[in-house]
Amino acid sequence: MPLSAPNKTSSPAPQSISSAINTSAGALRTISFWFAICALLCLLLVDIDISTTDPWAEMGLMTAGALSPLVWSWPTLLSSLANTFAFALQGVTVAAIVGFALALGYRFTLVRAFCAFIRSIHELFWALLFIQVAGLSSLTGLLAIAIPYAGTLAKIYGELFEEVDPAPSNNLPRGKSRPLSEFFYSVLPLAWHSMATYTSYRFECAIRSSAILGFVGLPTLGFHLETALSDGHYSQAAAFFYALLLMIGTLRLWLHKSLLPIYLVAVFYYLPPQATISWQLLVRFVTEDIVPAPLRGQALLSGETMSNVVQWINLLWQQQIWPGLLNTVLLGQISLVFTGLLALALLPLNSSLFIQRRWKRGIGDSVLILLRTLPETLLAFIGLLILGPSMLPAILALGIHNGAIIGHLLGRYTEELNLRADASRGVTLYFYEVLPRIYRQFLAFLFYRWEVILRETAILGILGIATLGFYIDSAFETFRFDVALLLILVSAALNISVDQFARYLRQRLQLKTVPESL
Amino acid sequence: MSQSTHESTHQSTSQSSNSSAVLFQFSDQRLQYEGRTLFDNLSLSIAKGERVALIGESGAGKSTLLKALREQRPDQVAWCPQQPGLVPILSTFHNIYMGALSSHSLAYNLVNLIKPLPGALSIVEPIAKQLGLEQHLFSSTDKLSGGQQQRTSIGRALIQQRPIFLGDEPVANVDEYQGQALLQLICQGHDTVVLALHDIAQALSICTRIIGLQNGAIVIDAPSDQLQASDLAGLYGAS
Repeated sequence: MPLSAPNKTSSPAPQSISSAINTSAGALRTISFWFAICALLCLLLVDIDISTTDPWAEMGLMTAGALSPLVWSWPTLLSSLANTFAFALQGVTVAAIVGFALALGYRFTLVRAFCAFIRSIHELFWALLFIQVAGLSSLTGLLAIAIPYAGTLAKIYGELFEEVDPAPSNNLPRGKSRPLSEFFYSVLPLAWHSMATYTSYRFECAIRSSAILGFVGLPTLGFHLETALSDGHYSQAAAFFYALLLMIGTLRLWLHKSLLPIYLVAVFYYLPPQATISWQLLVRFVTEDIVPAPLRGQALLSGETMSNVVQWINLLWQQQIWPGLLNTVLLGQISLVFTGLLALALLPLNSSLFIQRRWKRGIGDSVLILLRTLPETLLAFIGLLILGPSMLPAILALGIHNGAIIGHLLGRYTEELNLRADASRGVTLYFYEVLPRIYRQFLAFLFYRWEVILRETAILGILGIATLGFYIDSAFETFRFDVALLLILVSAALNISVDQFARYLRQRLQLKTVPESL
Repeated sequence: MSQSTHESTHQSTSQSSNSSAVLFQFSDQRLQYEGRTLFDNLSLSIAKGERVALIGESGAGKSTLLKALREQRPDQVAWCPQQPGLVPILSTFHNIYMGALSSHSLAYNLVNLIKPLPGALSIVEPIAKQLGLEQHLFSSTDKLSGGQQQRTSIGRALIQQRPIFLGDEPVANVDEYQGQALLQLICQGHDTVVLALHDIAQALSICTRIIGLQNGAIVIDAPSDQLQASDLAGLYGAS
């Protein structure tokens, strides 16, 4: 017996089906489609050739090296390991304190903008800047990590404070208000656990950042890794590589909350943040070196100066800013979509819906964690050695690292899905039940990651890929600090814009607000 | 083969006058739910053609019993759980079609996911029409009301065309009149029906047999034409 009169509406004619479809999946599908199309177009514009004559031979040598790790000097290995750890711990500690203070004022636009600015500049760029005034010192290493991480932690802490259950603070007695006391009683305790979890995750990232600081000369693992890899000493490189993996992989075993004070005292004793700063040099750097060349020692408002500045910027735009920006955006877009595809392909490795046996899933997840542990800069560098200079190694490196991160998170997220007992299995389960249910979360993760991917895309320039980082690195090498600073600001502006755009898309697609299960 | 032995043992031991095949059989069985024992020694048999209503307070073991029934004949059961378990961002069409995934090839299913195929449409459309969902066929189920979602869930059971329907409060979210019509629709489409229901009048009018559950035991088991609503009222509130 029909429940409603059938003569009221006729069934939709087959040809009008696609226009009649009005699902929440539709909007997500459209946006994914356009992202993929953009990436394909970008792919036509960039160079992704393999330029080495025999990539397999190089890969064979690397594999041989990986299988026969060789420590040529234990003191060097251990001291670079200790330096990597020290910079990371000091940096994150300072960043947590400063970030917390900034988070208290996170409702002010100015504070938010400031945080967005300092985190939009990559730690390697900060390092390159500080090296000019503080040299390759322990202070440089500390600040290069602490500053961008403070911006990131401030954002996370600030958002956590906004998201806590407002009931406890609403229930406080009205009248004379003591905002800070109220905050410590009714907000901080609720956010504390998430803050601690996130900060410890950031510490893992900081170890990667710290290792990579070696690429610009600081005495961490990356310094020896880069040297050994460039010289083709793959056995030696393997030893440093395994040391990095081992440190990150075993963090949970030895980095206990109760031991933290001891580690802190130890790292500040072992590597006190200091630098011999020549004040003269600092003053010159700030008042002269970073000032755009045509402005130095000129009257600001004279017509001739202005036209010189315009010419200077115009030339820079044509020769460096525009090509750098273009390549960064193209590479970033391709890498973003590749990251997404890899994440979707990899997520079953960490999901009991697809791998029932616990030990098999353990192996699958270990692969994801291993890929996630490898810093993308290092991956890209290895890729360049094998495949030769093109965008391809960068795309692979960014995709593998970020895809593994998102795949791991998504796999874990599928454990929370409530499927019906009569749900299908295998590929059908994936496409009919799991993918639609996790897709919002997937896009949310991917858009969160967008800014990070773009930051990294820019930085891969220091390896010789013609993104913004390439021009920044060259400017530093030729002591044109005014150009370097301008380009760093351009890359910061790009990151901030993309972050804002991603934020707009998340709101528009309601990526966080709609409940995931019916 | 195994089914015929089932039948013969049933016929020799059962006192029931019903001579048709036994579909479900428990004898002195213990049933657990999330580690907690709900039934200590359950004895029960349900034959082909019966329409059974399970009545009892929440927590009495209706859902546990339904799950145990499903496990006995997984291939013949159309399953309609209390939580519809729909995929929110997919259309009503896809959510109903999901019941028929196993009878099509993977390639067909995947193409149909991207663009509804005429073949699939011709199966789903009549069902949606019967359920009054034809206007919402291509809306995603997160845009439907609770009652419409429940009807979609029933649609997913109907499309399977299985002989047995097991439903856990399948019409709890729709009004009485619609509920009655839906239950009749379910009964038309299936030889054997077992429903957990909270509406006693509905149970008496739709089902042929009433099983009352209380504290992990069957306290009432009788044909519905021998029962009054007042006989069943004791199942609620008393402990």
